[in-house]
Amino acid sequence: MNKKQIIYLDNAATTPVDPAVFKKMQPYFFEKYGNPSTVYKLGEESKFAVERARKQIADFLKCSSDEIYFTGSASESDNWIISGVINKILEKEKNPHIIISSIEHKAIIEPAKNYQRKGLIELTLLPVNKDGLVELEELEKAIKKNTKLISIMYVNSEIGTIQPIGEIGSLIKKINDKRKEKIIFHTDAVQAINYIDCDVQKLGIDALSLSGHKIYGPKGIGSLYIKKRISVDSLIYGGGQERNMRSGTENVPGIVGLGEAISKIKISDGKRIKILRNKLITGILKDIPNSQFNGSMEKRLPNNAHISFSGAEGESIVMELSQKNIFVSTGSACASNSLNPSHVLTAIGLSHEESHCSIRFTLGKQTKDSDINFVLKVLPKIVERLRKISGR
Amino acid sequence: MYSKKVIEHFQKPKNMGKLKNPDVVAEVGNPRCGDIMKLYLKIDKDKIEDISFETMGCVAAISTSSMITEMAKGKKLAQALKISYNDVAEELGTLPPVKMHCADLAVKALRKAIGIYKEKLKIKN
Repeated sequence: MNKKQIIYLDNAATTPVDPAVFKKMQPYFFEKYGNPSTVYKLGEESKFAVERARKQIADFLKCSSDEIYFTGSASESDNWIISGVINKILEKEKNPHIIISSIEHKAIIEPAKNYQRKGLIELTLLPVNKDGLVELEELEKAIKKNTKLISIMYVNSEIGTIQPIGEIGSLIKKINDKRKEKIIFHTDAVQAINYIDCDVQKLGIDALSLSGHKIYGPKGIGSLYIKKRISVDSLIYGGGQERNMRSGTENVPGIVGLGEAISKIKISDGKRIKILRNKLITGILKDIPNSQFNGSMEKRLPNNAHISFSGAEGESIVMELSQKNIFVSTGSACASNSLNPSHVLTAIGLSHEESHCSIRFTLGKQTKDSDINFVLKVLPKIVERLRKISGR
Repeated sequence: MYSKKVIEHFQKPKNMGKLKNPDVVAEVGNPRCGDIMKLYLKIDKDKIEDISFETMGCVAAISTSSMITEMAKGKKLAQALKISYNDVAEELGTLPPVKMHCADLAVKALRKAIGIYKEKLKIKN
């Protein structure tokens, strides 16, 4: 973009890199470009930087460094945990049972469904209630003798609802205490990292996916935490990097950026953002008739607002806002390549029209009060115009 | 992703809104796909004297609605029936492949309206 001011309210899609993070990354593109697998000084420097970042992530998740693996994205981390666990189990026994929620990211749903299609696993897609939350009793009922892996995302990327991960962790721990073959509990925490507690020990998490570009770090870098003693197959074979678990020369600048980004997170930042987010929601619901707020208000990330505007289609709203340099996203199928309404919005019981007419606003640490004021000024007119065109 | 012309028609749609005393009204689309198009036509001696639309849908749905009203206005019914979705897309410059169905929907709306009108005429006579 040029220097024209933009209002970026799509921080759940990606975030800008923090300049301080970029500064730390820079030397690893230029002077310190050594391959971490080499033994001379230049390579050692890179190796040291990778291990420092690993420690930064471990400190954040309250685990040990050797439980952290770097990947190319959170999608890779998600794919890896699904296939890594299943492949390992299939070496010994047939037809393991896997439970995932119906609002998981596609990076969990698609690999799991792929195993199901091949007849290799039994898969349960756990429904959520209208607030977008997994219910503990439903989860407990779904667990079977052959259940081996449960994956529930910490925060949903569309509606921002926070799952009771700690309670799920305790439930699984309680069940595991009576079992010889333990159930592995994974969570995709991509959206959660910025705002809520991700202490894996306290929450009882065995595996966790995270990503750099959602936390003011670079794109193309993710991580997977795997608790010690949990047996997982590799996804990428080759030179044996990452303690023989994930081959491929390390993305050193990316890793350094991820480490810096995670160490800069202040959970308390959420307070300021929440005030702005609430102002946005209240303003919209007050000034735009027939607007409807979606998902739980309490169990929700502080930066997410998800609203349907009946009679005004989502992609049209996005494009109108875009003309004014305001960037948001929609659950409307029209904005996707699939032409199907979002599986998340359908899962929480939204009608097709409500899904198509929905807008997601996700604030970030760069969001200012004046940004919210401007959105509240222009949005009512946009919705009004589109409703005039639709005659609804 | 959209051509200048598509955005133009989206921002300043032609022939938008209800028509007073239309001879025929036709609606196509469904909430599942997200696009609902409604056309209002005034027809005199086999000619489309006036036409307008109401569309709930994406940028492409609104632009193709606007475009088809422009293309059909003043045409004889037989000519109007010949308008294809490719014609609509071409008039708009380009449409992303995934949005071609919007042009198709606009054509279907027009053909449906003319069909209903012809049926009505038969019953009258």
